[in-house]
Amino acid sequence: MKHFLSGADDERAMLDALGLKSADDLFADLPAGVRASLDGLPAGRSELDVLREMRRMLAQNADFESRPHFLGAGSYHHYVPAAVDPIILRGEFYTSYTPYQPEILQGMLQAMFEFQTYVARLTQMEVANISMYDAPTALAEAAMMAVRANRGKRVLVPANLHWEKKSVIRNYLEGLQVEVVEFAYDAHSGQLDWDDLVAKVTPDTAAVLVQNPNFFGVWESRAPEVKAMLSAQGATKAFFVVDVGDPFSLALANGPGAYGADVAVGEGAAIGNATAFGGPYLGLFATKWEHVRKMPGRIVGETVDAKGERAFCLTLSTREQHIRRDKATSNICSNEALNALAFSIHLALLGERGFRETATTCAVRAADLASRLAALPGVRLAFPEAAHFHEFVVITDAPVATVEAKLRAAGLRGGLDITPWHAELGHASLWCVTEAHPDEALTLATEALA
Amino acid sequence: MTAPRFRQAQWDTPTLFELDAGDVTQDQLTTPVLGDAGVPATLARGEAVGLPTLTPLEVTRHYTRLSQKNIGVDTSFYPLGSCTMKINPKVNDVVATLPGSAHVHPLVGDDLSQGSLQVIHELQEWLKQVSGMDAVTLQPAAGAQGEWTGLLITKAYHEKREGKGARTEVIVPDNAHGTNPASAAMAGFKVVTIPSDPEGGVDLEALKAALSEKTAAFMITNPSTLGIFEANIVEIAKLVHEAGALLYYDGANFNAIMGITNPGIMGFDIVHFNLHKTMTIPHGGGGPGSGPIGVKARLEPFLPVPVVVRRDDGTFAGEYDRADSIGKVKGFHGNFMGYIRSLVYCKMLGGDGLTDASKRAVLNANYLQQTILERVPGVELPHDGPKRLHEFVISATPAKKAKGIRALDVAKRLLDYGYHAPTVYFPLIVDEAIMIEPTETESKRTLDRFVDAMSHILGEEDPEVVRTAPHNTSVARVDEVHAVKQARLTADMGDAIPLGEARDPTDPNNC
Repeated sequence: MKHFLSGADDERAMLDALGLKSADDLFADLPAGVRASLDGLPAGRSELDVLREMRRMLAQNADFESRPHFLGAGSYHHYVPAAVDPIILRGEFYTSYTPYQPEILQGMLQAMFEFQTYVARLTQMEVANISMYDAPTALAEAAMMAVRANRGKRVLVPANLHWEKKSVIRNYLEGLQVEVVEFAYDAHSGQLDWDDLVAKVTPDTAAVLVQNPNFFGVWESRAPEVKAMLSAQGATKAFFVVDVGDPFSLALANGPGAYGADVAVGEGAAIGNATAFGGPYLGLFATKWEHVRKMPGRIVGETVDAKGERAFCLTLSTREQHIRRDKATSNICSNEALNALAFSIHLALLGERGFRETATTCAVRAADLASRLAALPGVRLAFPEAAHFHEFVVITDAPVATVEAKLRAAGLRGGLDITPWHAELGHASLWCVTEAHPDEALTLATEALA
Repeated sequence: MTAPRFRQAQWDTPTLFELDAGDVTQDQLTTPVLGDAGVPATLARGEAVGLPTLTPLEVTRHYTRLSQKNIGVDTSFYPLGSCTMKINPKVNDVVATLPGSAHVHPLVGDDLSQGSLQVIHELQEWLKQVSGMDAVTLQPAAGAQGEWTGLLITKAYHEKREGKGARTEVIVPDNAHGTNPASAAMAGFKVVTIPSDPEGGVDLEALKAALSEKTAAFMITNPSTLGIFEANIVEIAKLVHEAGALLYYDGANFNAIMGITNPGIMGFDIVHFNLHKTMTIPHGGGGPGSGPIGVKARLEPFLPVPVVVRRDDGTFAGEYDRADSIGKVKGFHGNFMGYIRSLVYCKMLGGDGLTDASKRAVLNANYLQQTILERVPGVELPHDGPKRLHEFVISATPAKKAKGIRALDVAKRLLDYGYHAPTVYFPLIVDEAIMIEPTETESKRTLDRFVDAMSHILGEEDPEVVRTAPHNTSVARVDEVHAVKQARLTADMGDAIPLGEARDPTDPNNC
């Protein structure tokens, strides 16, 4: 079966025009020794057959509605409004390429200009690009940008950063001969260990990376002091990079730009996008005007057309790989534009009040579940005095696997077992609650652990 | 075809920030639970975020109007060379938006995500067969990230054998995609650029001179950016391997060779795929993409984690405990939604259909090239050489000399017909380059109509119409220099700020 191809008459007519007997003749120049076939693969099948098979395959998964989970740790399940998918699936957006011909692609360009404005307002930074692949790669690109800008030699990261982010950062810094140094968290507050951070800052520090709220869901209340501390320690050129985690956090907390950050990043997929088993996600990336020429990724600017009318186009591309080649600020080419579009549509549907109320709902409901769980025997919070956003660490007397078995029996999936990375905490799991959790799931979880 | 009939929508579309209506009633998307969020005083957000408020209908209308100021494969022939703008089957989206696809958390655990792991494993197996490689990871988010991942693996492999710092150079031809040298530099290699021969192929003498005990890898694409198959590929592989280096395959042009040949049999050690080109993931206005890589068996220990395996009992698992792995290159499992789309595509086509797809892609390109050269004045093939495969490059130099019409002008005038333009000014080795890739999913009728338009444009009596195009798009020719000289990057920048150096409109853009 010839899927998606026009018919045999077309093929015959084109072959005739070329004076060829068969399409195989087109490959006559290939050396004989390199010919191969795909005879070992299954034959083609109908759309219906494949659709049916895929439905069955994917039905084996536990999706959020069939089995509510309390997982976060960098991937956040929020409700994506019904209007988002129909708009992003419009073929004019969805099947377009990077807008190299701005005259006929103003729609996507304007949407990306609006996205940049959204990200700048949320983070309180001056400029933003149209996305990196996800939060881990955005964080890593920020570290790379800092090293290129200030030629520093050390990148400081929290010991309790998600292990995947640490690994991605180390790989991105592979070409730059810098040392990645971890600073501790405070066992009582769950926040960064201020004295340890200060002790590890040296004048040749390239960047300090802080996640706020951090991996434990705890607000880093001293983050606004970091920039001044760096100066006091002689690290005057060091970048202060803040990962905002779930950007709904920015409805409640100041943007990193308001407290001295040089770069702000975050996991934009939490807004407008599905958890999707890990991707595609959306790396938010914003910085100060003074660093714009060091920024990675595509940027849209406003300009005029030949008639003087407002228009938009990709700009500042002399930073990028297709012109600068091995001297480019990054190798990124394809980005996550469609996810950025979904992010903007969701925010447009929420508006100022909806955005704030949704974030508040997450925080209030998370605090509610945390206190209900902590009231149970054999269950407590790792950081009971800490201020949390919508994630918190639960410590249980029983191993996390035992707790999880009870939650499974109740039709749930509990928080993430973080014992492999934080054995010092005991039997620890990281829980997340958002506006999307059914009330019933919170009740069932509490009962299961009782 | 004579004058273009296409007229793009010219909606007046103020930005969302200009449309802000203040405190209007909005739909309640979820039920709010209000109270004290408990944010520390040092962080609490004092002022409004500044998100505009619109009615749901205003939001829908805003974006629908913006969509009408955009075109995609769904609306238009999109012969953007090297980007493989083929059909994006709708059934892919039906599958990708099922709850079992979209609403599964990446950390839910292997036992609760057997379906997702099966998708990953099955696609890995398809890609192994198509590429002739022994192992595949899907994790890289895009082609450029695939390249860089492949080079991190290259580095780890050489370090394991010869110690740290033994091999520090990556050789790249001067006509390579810009991401190749950028990725090599990011992975910590020194980039050694060698000239290509006049037909865009590898200059064997230049390669021999560049290869040494310092060479870690040589990166090429085959067929080349000119659409020409590298006749010396077996010899090249031999030279590279004799030098102790690895041969890297840039999969940008994979659509030419499925079922015809493969990188494995050609002697490549590492290959990246662009699933958003070859395997029908939509390009989404710039992304998301997906850039899996395939490797030969000796490189398999270095793949990023998790490696998704099928256990003896038929279940699937993500393996993290692998001593030689380079670790993570991206969060979680990569761009999973793309894998679903590509797997659906592979299953529908089968091995026979994928082979037919490549054959037709090459037939369409050859037919289009011949028809253009026969019927369109003012363009020429830079040199005869061997047959082109899935794409070809013509030069508008004759039109430039005769009428002052440049490749850029042809590209802009094509927009007036509702087409997207081909890639222009890439590769750099061809003056006034116009790089055309029709893909297999276009009918002869579509190709013939495109030739009509090209013929009309290049034969235009009044070249000024072409030089000032486009005229039928939502805006006239956009001033890209102004965008840099008076930069305005968000709606909040009051005064535009000069940012110095601007891109020349004839600098290359490539996929």
